[in-house]
Amino acid sequence: MFKKILIANRGEIAVRVIRACRELGITSVAVYSDVDRAALHVRKADEAYHIGPPAATESYLNIQNILDVAKRCSADAIHPGYGFLSENAEFAQACADANLKFIGPSAASIEMMGSKTRARKAMENEGIPFVPGTSSGVDSVEQAGRVAAKIGYPVLLKAAAGGGGKGMRLVHTKEELGSALDTAQSEARRSFGDSEVYIEKALLNPRHIEMQVLADEHGNIVYLGERECSIQRRHQKVLEESPSPIVNAEMRRRMGEIAVRVAKTAAYTSAGTVEFLVDESRDFYFLEMNTRLQVEHPVTELTTGLDLVHLQIRIAAGEPSLFTQKDISLRGHAIECRIYAEDPDNNYFPSPGTISLLLDPAGPGIRLDSGVYEGWTVPIDYDPLLSKLIGYGTDRPQAISRLARALDEYFVGGIKTNLPLLRRILSQPDFQAGKVDTGYLDRLLKAETAEVKHDENVAAIAAGLFAILERPSTGANDGQGASTWKKVARLDALRETT
Amino acid sequence: MLYEVIIDGKNHHLQLERAEAGWQCRLDGLVVTVDAALNRPNVLSLLMNGKSYDIRRELTASGMNIWVGSIGYGAQVRDPRSLRGRKDGAGDNLSPKKLVAPMPGRVVRVLVREKADVEAGQGIVIVEAMKMQNEIKSPKKGILRKLLAEEGNNVNAGDVLAIVE
Repeated sequence: MFKKILIANRGEIAVRVIRACRELGITSVAVYSDVDRAALHVRKADEAYHIGPPAATESYLNIQNILDVAKRCSADAIHPGYGFLSENAEFAQACADANLKFIGPSAASIEMMGSKTRARKAMENEGIPFVPGTSSGVDSVEQAGRVAAKIGYPVLLKAAAGGGGKGMRLVHTKEELGSALDTAQSEARRSFGDSEVYIEKALLNPRHIEMQVLADEHGNIVYLGERECSIQRRHQKVLEESPSPIVNAEMRRRMGEIAVRVAKTAAYTSAGTVEFLVDESRDFYFLEMNTRLQVEHPVTELTTGLDLVHLQIRIAAGEPSLFTQKDISLRGHAIECRIYAEDPDNNYFPSPGTISLLLDPAGPGIRLDSGVYEGWTVPIDYDPLLSKLIGYGTDRPQAISRLARALDEYFVGGIKTNLPLLRRILSQPDFQAGKVDTGYLDRLLKAETAEVKHDENVAAIAAGLFAILERPSTGANDGQGASTWKKVARLDALRETT
Repeated sequence: MLYEVIIDGKNHHLQLERAEAGWQCRLDGLVVTVDAALNRPNVLSLLMNGKSYDIRRELTASGMNIWVGSIGYGAQVRDPRSLRGRKDGAGDNLSPKKLVAPMPGRVVRVLVREKADVEAGQGIVIVEAMKMQNEIKSPKKGILRKLLAEEGNNVNAGDVLAIVE
């Protein structure tokens, strides 16, 4: 087993991995940029080292600096988390060359799946069903126009190196194609250093369902059930659950077996996720494989009872086969929601700032994976994800009611968050009935909301009481009664004459 | 104590007096006894007629919010005897419209030249923040009177990017 693991990440996922290291008796090493000196992951780790300025390209994406730190502190493995360098084949290779174990798949697997176009080609050869489109990048508007005309509008332009909706544009007509291709390519270049963009037919409001797989280094691959991730905005997942309300045992087995085939094709090891689009008739198409731990991995952990980060570490350490498909059983229902620092009144733009008050939820069936604390200033330089709140229950209604209860307990003051939106989603009859697709959230946001406000009087009284209880020497509990009143009266009198 | 409290823009008169068990509150003619415990800064527990309210206060750059459960109320508290005047920040919102940066970021692209005709909803400037590119659109049909955004420049929340007339 490893003695020391460097976590090449920040935020809640770095904290998540540090916790796993602690549980396994492994020394954890955090890295941080200038603006993250006081971040939670730095505070939680056993060791922490500075790796550069705020810009991610110079810190969390700076391969050389991270490897230098790893060598200097004699780490024997690196966990990349998600995002940043987690799906960077060059980094995985550089780790291998430096004799550091990369906790994830091989550079070759990442490379194959990292280019969406290369992955499509490989799956085409394997006969895996996928969405019609090009299996290579488009070079010109003319070429894009020809392909789009053939497969039919609307089409999606997608960055071959992409993920998380960056470098992605939905195009409805020929006229929009030119400028959309331009923006997609420029965003792809900025985000991934690669401007290759390909075209895919846009399925109308499909469901987005993904299958978790886990592969060891001895050729054993299992699937751990699906996650329904259809609640998205700008192709960013907002809420995920397992199992999916529309997947039955038979469909799960078919999807799982295809996911295992995809993983085999990529000679995959570690935890990975095969994403599918599912249409109204419950036919599913391979979308892409994410060669890393997913943000939403906790829902699978709760329904399988497995700890995916522990398993990633044990697999990377070369432990022999940990289980077979027969050992995997699903139990209960889990729903995760992502708490983002973003402003609901301003089109959900990121809203960084200082958290002035933080009240965390707790109680039965609740898990909170957070990367922040009260007093922490959320920097503008990175993703606005603050934490993930996961509700677990014996069935879906119980998971929903627990999560809704916990969302009501959760309070983040000083910055804007999407908490009100998450509460609203959980209260919707369509969501409660499991009727969701990738267009669901946009439709919900367009619908008028009338926030019910009936506690103005309570708010007014509370505002006044805050003011009076915080006046010096008028504390409510000072037990001095009349003498305090006299003192206050004198103070007030003085104030009036000045 | 007499306070003038403004909740979501509406004025209330609030009189608070120490009573035997807590506070006697007179709010615009409504009289109620409230037991209050300030548990920690910004967190207040109220008991009113047996009902328990968990109140959170949020102080922001632009003011104060009082949260009752998961509903927030914009709040201002004035001591009428204080000599401080009121600040009136409301400007007129008529003809020329400003395009304002909604958050800190970098201007990565300017899509329209100064003095050009623009349609309502047309993209004027692209601002990148947290790796997301966001098109700032014209709020109305008109002429791009003034372009203040420059490609490559950093902007702060509230900075005027352009003016459409």
